[in-house]
Amino acid sequence: MTTAAIKKTSNTWRVVDIVVAALIAIAGGVIFWAWSQGAGIVSTPMNAVYPPLTGLIAGGWMIPAVLGMLIIRKPGAAIFCETVAATGELIMGSQYGATVLISGVLQGLGAELVFFLLVYGHFKFKSFLFQKYNLIAALLAGAGAGLFCGINDAFLPWGWNIAYEAGDKLVYIVFCAVSGAIIAGVLSWIATRGLAKTGVLSSFASRKAGTEPVFN
Amino acid sequence: MAAPDAGTSVVRPAAVSARGWGWRHAGRSTPAIRGLDLEIGPGERVLLLGPSGAGKSTLLHALAGVLGDEEDDADETGALLVDGVAPRGQRGRSGLMQQDPETQVVLSRLGDDVAFGAENLAVPRDEIWRRVHEALDDVGLRRASAAEGAGGLPLDHPTSALSGGQKQRLALAGILAMRPGLILLDEPTANLDPAGVLEVRDAVGRCLDKTGATLVVVEHRVSVWKGLVDRIVVLQPGSAADPAVLLDGPPDQVLAEARDILMAAGVWVPGYVPATRVRSTAGSGGLLLAAEGLAVSRERPHRRGLKSIPPVPVLQGISAQVRAGQALTVTGPNGAGKSTFALTLAGLLAPVDGKVSATVELSGGAGIDPYKWKADQLISRIGTVFQEPEHQFVTGRVLDELMFGPRHLGHGEERVDELVERLRLTHLVDANPYTLSGGEKRRLSVATVLAAHPRVLVLDEPTFGQDANTWAELASFLSELLDAGTAVVSVTHDQEFSAVLGGTELRLDPASRDGDRLEAGAA
Amino acid sequence: MRAALNLRGNHALLTRANPLAKFAAVFLITLVLALSIDWVSATTALVAELALFPLAGLTLRLLWQRAWPLILAAALGGWSTSIVAADAGAVLLDVGIWSISEGSLQLGLGFMLRGLAIALPAILLMTCTDPTDLADALAQKARLPHRFVLGTLASMRLVGLMAEEWQTIGMARRARGVGSQGSPLQRMRATLGQSFGLLVQAIRRASRLAVTMEARGFGGGPRTWARESTYSMLDAWVLLGGLVIAVAAVLAAVGLGTWSFVWR
Ligand SMILES: Nc1ncnc2c1ncn2[C@@H]1O[C@H](COP(=O)(O)OP(=O)(O)OP(=O)(O)O)[C@@H](O)[C@H]1O
Ligand SMILES: Nc1ncnc2c1ncn2[C@@H]1O[C@H](COP(=O)(O)OP(=O)(O)OP(=O)(O)O)[C@@H](O)[C@H]1O
Ligand SMILES: [Mg+2]
Ligand SMILES: [Mg+2]
Repeated sequence: MTTAAIKKTSNTWRVVDIVVAALIAIAGGVIFWAWSQGAGIVSTPMNAVYPPLTGLIAGGWMIPAVLGMLIIRKPGAAIFCETVAATGELIMGSQYGATVLISGVLQGLGAELVFFLLVYGHFKFKSFLFQKYNLIAALLAGAGAGLFCGINDAFLPWGWNIAYEAGDKLVYIVFCAVSGAIIAGVLSWIATRGLAKTGVLSSFASRKAGTEPVFN
Repeated sequence: MAAPDAGTSVVRPAAVSARGWGWRHAGRSTPAIRGLDLEIGPGERVLLLGPSGAGKSTLLHALAGVLGDEEDDADETGALLVDGVAPRGQRGRSGLMQQDPETQVVLSRLGDDVAFGAENLAVPRDEIWRRVHEALDDVGLRRASAAEGAGGLPLDHPTSALSGGQKQRLALAGILAMRPGLILLDEPTANLDPAGVLEVRDAVGRCLDKTGATLVVVEHRVSVWKGLVDRIVVLQPGSAADPAVLLDGPPDQVLAEARDILMAAGVWVPGYVPATRVRSTAGSGGLLLAAEGLAVSRERPHRRGLKSIPPVPVLQGISAQVRAGQALTVTGPNGAGKSTFALTLAGLLAPVDGKVSATVELSGGAGIDPYKWKADQLISRIGTVFQEPEHQFVTGRVLDELMFGPRHLGHGEERVDELVERLRLTHLVDANPYTLSGGEKRRLSVATVLAAHPRVLVLDEPTFGQDANTWAELASFLSELLDAGTAVVSVTHDQEFSAVLGGTELRLDPASRDGDRLEAGAA
Repeated sequence: MRAALNLRGNHALLTRANPLAKFAAVFLITLVLALSIDWVSATTALVAELALFPLAGLTLRLLWQRAWPLILAAALGGWSTSIVAADAGAVLLDVGIWSISEGSLQLGLGFMLRGLAIALPAILLMTCTDPTDLADALAQKARLPHRFVLGTLASMRLVGLMAEEWQTIGMARRARGVGSQGSPLQRMRATLGQSFGLLVQAIRRASRLAVTMEARGFGGGPRTWARESTYSMLDAWVLLGGLVIAVAAVLAAVGLGTWSFVWR
């Protein structure tokens, strides 16, 4: 009697998905915290010259959302990772106070929506359906997270940049989205490929990410 | 499973049955184990032996129902049943202790960690705490209120502040609180000092006497467990031989009748030390490295304002000399600071006080302080094998891992083949280092460092988890290197190993120090 | 780094309150303060918060150690707001793209104080809340799925361990010939490599931890809780305290006529 194990990917989260996703997220949270401590060096000149420029480094905060989804590949991974990362930052002591949680959820939602539409969604317009976690999906998800981050910062009451003038707000949001695409999207995509090559992802759907085609 | 035993410690021992069972791991071309036929009756206590890589850990994971899952790319053949049912569906029936003690701890408070398993099995709250207290008592991690005083730990004691031996006992307590019918222990005493080994074994014995659960324990050293088990099962040497079981029977009978077969299979039969190469020279004895009045700690000095405050050393006043062609063995109880000392000696940690100095013979112009050497200057002079092999892996393939040092240095690649052969890694050159078995990882980390051909070798617990044949090969190899003029510093609990290498012993024991200096290597 | 995660052995009064109550109070203060950018409501809340710190077991010294980056960040936020916000009143400074007016300066100042008043309660919350208690409350009282809550709690412990392991990995890599000396570029590459190594190691550990958890029966059906998360009278006081601070801040600002709603 030979029972070959069934190799399918289900949408339910296994314990290992949860633990590894949370780990990536918290590690991300700790890195943010260190980043925010060090970001002063970069953001001070930006603030001094033209404050909306700080949007360009916002992408660093969105890495968990994209990285988590690229690795775990289960619905909800982006929101879960980004929220947990925000919790991690909150625990370490965040300059944004409790609102960091709201930002986390929203940024995660931005990335999650893109993944939902492009990758795991059952959407009508086939042309939008990559069904693959390729570079394009990563870029767009990063941009989605950045967009939501920018909107949150510029328009919601607790937003850091709520008092900017309308034009500056727009510039800030665009910068956030660009930075999300490049820092969160590209870096996460590269990191996932690197991780897959070391074999640590052997129990995840992303185990072959190292050899997946870049664009299709 | 959800219905707990009503408040008493009634445990229904489990039966195990394997028929033609086999398992191939994801990403491997050959199975780790194949054609296993094994029946274990309820309440039996089995010692599972076999050479490194025979599939012992794989079997224990399968019995615990945690091997692979529906998304894995692995293959199973035959049937493996616990109480007649597949193990995956009945978690909680068995309790597994894995090889790596650090990942055995789930939560950050002692009491919570023990309670975790029972909570998952939906045991009522009062009963959980009864079980937690009982389990902690059983393994000898008594709670503070038990009037025992000093030895007790409070329930909210942080689990990160436990020694290796305490962690292993904590893992055992966590398993016991689940009241499993089948207890699975994978090298439960690896890395423990001799006193710790006996403590953990006795704790297991007490618990089994009380609950009557079935036991399967994997351990390389037979003598420690012989008295506790009533059956020995030996797996075949050579990965995935069919049938998988080589020998099976009561301990005394197996050990008496099949002593030769066991020895050939690399089992540590009591009273048997495998033959190793005898040293032919005494070594030139030229001084290579010396430590004087060394104080060591892993913590770095911390700053307060402009002042830099040195950490409290784990050990101080250590002096030792490392000489060409001679061995230095570092011994002592768990947590004494042996590894910390070895890392400092090897130029990886800065000394808190005192100094480590390399002679010209070793440094060859690189300067006197090994800590200041560049990384590639270091590896051709002092090679260090860490206690935890995984820390040292830097690539994704065994062969790349071995070639890494030589490629960096630009010479020595020809040596790799010999190393692979002698340390029994030939069939694994394409595997991912992290997926190797415990013993294979250990051998690989030794081989990677040897490949750079350093003059001084610093080995932290090089022999744990090795079967007798590999052990003998490793010891012989080191004795050859010693004859060729390499100095070998080894941190080890393994007395036979230090006996084979000879040389001087440095015993680091904070308890017996009383302020006098620790010295060795002057002989 | 471990010490930064929580105050070990903290027995202050607020550590005994239910984390959800503390969370609710902090959110209430935060959201109310977020509605207006003015220095009066922010200052009122700040003063009240500072008075509460002893209840969370935080001394002024510890507070300073943790909070100085926040003060810096708040100051930066204030600065950027004052130069980017729409100008009102007399222009005080006008250099090219920069312009600071009376109105925008006032806005910047209010913004800075508000930032601090929002950041501090979160610090207060976290110093007196043990992650384990928080997880208990989230799973038992807020009814979040326990697998996710406990999985996160377990990996949180692992991250603490990994931070300690950073140094060990650095040494292990040096012993393999991967150095961290040389030019800044080489050092950056070495640090990146080491971070990657740490991440790989962490994921390994996490996968193995998941196996341990499953072997302890985690992940299946219903579970019980060894420690019950409960509400007590203290929690009512905590909520009331949050409410009082929030209302006081609003009343003070409205009373002095400085209340300025964010979405004007
Ligand atoms: N997760 C895994 N993925 C791929 N191969 C694996 C995995 N785990 C183990 N193996 C391989 O399966 C074989 C059996 O490994 P196992 O860990 O069961 O050996 P073992 O008998 O416990 O050895 P040791 O005494 O050295 O611990 C080995 O060749 C090992 O390299
Ligand atoms: N990474 C670390 N950071 C800080 N302290 C540590 C670290 N690792 C170990 N220690 C502490 O340093 C002391 C000495 O540890 P070390 O690992 O040198 O002991 P050891 O003699 O090698 O023990 P074992 O036989 O268990 O390996 C211990 O008290 C331990 O708790
Ligand atoms: Mg094993
Ligand atoms: Mg050690």
